[in-house]
Amino acid sequence: MTRLYSSRGWIALAAFAVALLVVVPVSALLFPPGSAFHLSEYWVSLGGKIICYGIVALAMDLVWGYAGILSLGHGLFFALGGYAMGMYLMRQIGLDGVYHSHLADFMVFLDWKAYPWYWSFTEHFWYAALLVVLVPGLLAFVFGYFAFRSRIKGVYFSIITQALTYAAMLLFFRNETGFGGNNGFTDFKRILGIPIATPQMRVALFALSAAALIGALLLGRWLVSSKFGRVLAAIRDAEQRVMFCGYNTAHYKLFVWTLSAVLCGIAGALYVPQVGIINPSEMSPANSIEIAIWVAVGGRGTLVGAALGALLVNGAKSFFTQQFPDYWLYFLGLLFVLSTLFLPQGVVGLLKFSREKRS
Amino acid sequence: MIRICIAVLLLAGLGLARPALALDAAVVHKLAFGDTSDDKIAAINALVESGDELAEPLLKALLAGSVQTSGDRVLIIQGKAATDAVTGEKVSPVPADANDVVLNNRIRGVLESAVSALRLVSHDRATRLKAARDLADDPRAAALPVVDKALARETDPEIKSVLEIVAASVHLHTGSKAERLAAIRTLASSGNSKTEALLLPLVAKKADGSWSEPDAEIRAAAQKSLADVRGRLAWGDRIGLLFAGLSLGSILMIAALGLAITYGLMGVINMAHGELIMLGAYATYVVQNLFRAYAPGAFDWYLVAAVPASFIVSGIAGMILERTVIRWLYGRPLETLLATWGISLILMQGVRSVFGAPNVQVTNPSWMSGGVQVMSNLVLPYSRIVIILFAAAVVAGIWLLLTRTRLGLFVRGVTQNRAMASCVGVPTARVDALAFGLGCAIAGLAGCALSQIGNVGPALGQGYIVDSFMVVVLGGVGQLAGTVYAGMGLGLVDKLIESWSGAVIAKIVVLVFIIVFIQKRPQGLFALKGRAVEA
Repeated sequence: MTRLYSSRGWIALAAFAVALLVVVPVSALLFPPGSAFHLSEYWVSLGGKIICYGIVALAMDLVWGYAGILSLGHGLFFALGGYAMGMYLMRQIGLDGVYHSHLADFMVFLDWKAYPWYWSFTEHFWYAALLVVLVPGLLAFVFGYFAFRSRIKGVYFSIITQALTYAAMLLFFRNETGFGGNNGFTDFKRILGIPIATPQMRVALFALSAAALIGALLLGRWLVSSKFGRVLAAIRDAEQRVMFCGYNTAHYKLFVWTLSAVLCGIAGALYVPQVGIINPSEMSPANSIEIAIWVAVGGRGTLVGAALGALLVNGAKSFFTQQFPDYWLYFLGLLFVLSTLFLPQGVVGLLKFSREKRS
Repeated sequence: MIRICIAVLLLAGLGLARPALALDAAVVHKLAFGDTSDDKIAAINALVESGDELAEPLLKALLAGSVQTSGDRVLIIQGKAATDAVTGEKVSPVPADANDVVLNNRIRGVLESAVSALRLVSHDRATRLKAARDLADDPRAAALPVVDKALARETDPEIKSVLEIVAASVHLHTGSKAERLAAIRTLASSGNSKTEALLLPLVAKKADGSWSEPDAEIRAAAQKSLADVRGRLAWGDRIGLLFAGLSLGSILMIAALGLAITYGLMGVINMAHGELIMLGAYATYVVQNLFRAYAPGAFDWYLVAAVPASFIVSGIAGMILERTVIRWLYGRPLETLLATWGISLILMQGVRSVFGAPNVQVTNPSWMSGGVQVMSNLVLPYSRIVIILFAAAVVAGIWLLLTRTRLGLFVRGVTQNRAMASCVGVPTARVDALAFGLGCAIAGLAGCALSQIGNVGPALGQGYIVDSFMVVVLGGVGQLAGTVYAGMGLGLVDKLIESWSGAVIAKIVVLVFIIVFIQKRPQGLFALKGRAVEA
């Protein structure tokens, strides 16, 4: 078995895990508010949110950085996972909604009498968790199966994934679709009977997201350093040649594509309880294309870089939208232009470059 | 000789204008001071008979309760002032002893039909036509004698046919059996959507299952006429649908045309295409404001300046874009996609900073408002017709440019074989910049066109980017004709599905259709025949 990381890499990863899984919970829960070591709820949920984005970026890096498939529809898988979790969370509201009905508020508003069939069993957590994996996974599988079979690649693929998420967004905007239309799902009260709005729950969700990120990182690293990963990289660099060598490239692409969608779905499911809302705007083409820039800024084909990119860009986003809301889009736009023109390897590539220069 | 002619003309003018000068004082007195209702009704009929222009305001005022008498004068009250109904002179202030003219319900009914009758015999053709159409929309208000009288006098065939339908609508319920049958047959030739509602009760059943119309012959005739009317209305709907499809198709086509050059011919994924459309729309907005400020008299013709302005603004923006960003990314389509997306964000935010985030107002020139009434349920707006023609003109222009000019030759040459074109002395870099600029300039033209039918805001382009790419991809890369067919086809299909299922579902169905279609034919509808080269 190939080594995933060098010993220094393992140490860095362990430090990262300790920071997220031990330090953050301790400082958020054990130190009282006002203490210098206290981490406020705002930072915990912001951190949790960015970690979820990190998982998405990682999933994106698997398909773009390693298989060369630029998806402009990953926001769809993220949102689908979020919606699957959201359905469970809506069921958990129970009779505490505005209308005190066993139905979700928006259904009462639409004068529906019962949950539609696709809502059945969503009151069970495990079924909802299954949906989180299955729905994005199945959609990606079916879509990918046909797309890769007919050898759609490059920009064509990017554009039809964009059309896919755009169509889904339009569908979810409709009230009749049964997912709350414009407003989506919100006003969640509890998970597994435990109230969401407590610091303990927030920290638990944060830690869960962090664990998922580390798990996804290890899984991704294991995949790309295996033989499978080498074939993927070969497909990215010269697909025809790989085909001539007797590989069925469609299978490889389909597997990594579906896996990536599932990871996005899980990220979405972790994201929704932390931000407390899911609506169709998550599926907008602009959101999906932003995911690509996280990966591009961090560095394609590095996994760690993708997660780092998500952290950097979203950190900048939080900073800008609070301090200089008018300049955020300028910054983001410049980031797109400059990182493609001058940073083809991303931040990680820059670090590597400076280290090689020194040695 | 000339003098005689002028005299004749003057006399003729006087003769025409004479009835408008004043009302017959005796009749007006009878109307205001008449002892019995019969007197007053006789007076009203006399006024209608005279066909006088001044009669209508008087009768209307009487209906509204604003006619008063003071001494032996009859006054029409307008707020604090009044007009003498006979002489037309102003009386201000209203005399203190003025009394209301008392009406009963019978007179009121006569008055109502008198007012509409007066409009039916007005000298102005437009007034008559409108009055007839109003009656056709609500035939219950029509008094048969009035309509018959107007029919007898009417010479204009269009008004006459409307009036015939009105008369038939009245006969339908009140006439003898023969009259009713004749009326039903007349109604069959009507294209008015209200006619359907008129005929329906004749073939309806009551709650207990019996026919509400006892005469079987009339029922059968009504059934036949109803089918005719419905058929005609359905044709109106179908043609309307076709037109809406053509209109949407031309919009899609014009939005995608620029992309057909930048993406289709040059292979550059320009995600900022939508924003270049937006820039064109804002250029139109600026030109409009300039005209409003400096040449209000020529405001109706601001589009003549706006079309080249939007072309130039977007074209220059495109060339700057090509020189600064895109030329470094040739051959790296995914990177181009991301970089141009970044540009689109910057352009959007830039427009937001300059013009503000809310939509801006772009007014149609007055000659573009309104439309052609083709059928009673079908109006084709001028703005849409203009855009269809404009789109056709742009297609023709690009086609000529690409096939008949030296620049077009160079563009095609560089597209087909860059190295060879360069070898024979084509300045490929400059051709790239010009071709890209041309594609962007056409996006500007699209923006100018779109500003005339939709909202102009910073997010204008976002709504078109997915659609434009779909059109180009569906039509086949590298083909102008493909873009035309795909744009028109998508427009028609979209509107067709929309008529069954609503706009959003139609859009989703079309998107899914394209996604499936591309699986089957990745090269698009009209791919160039030749060796498929892996990009």
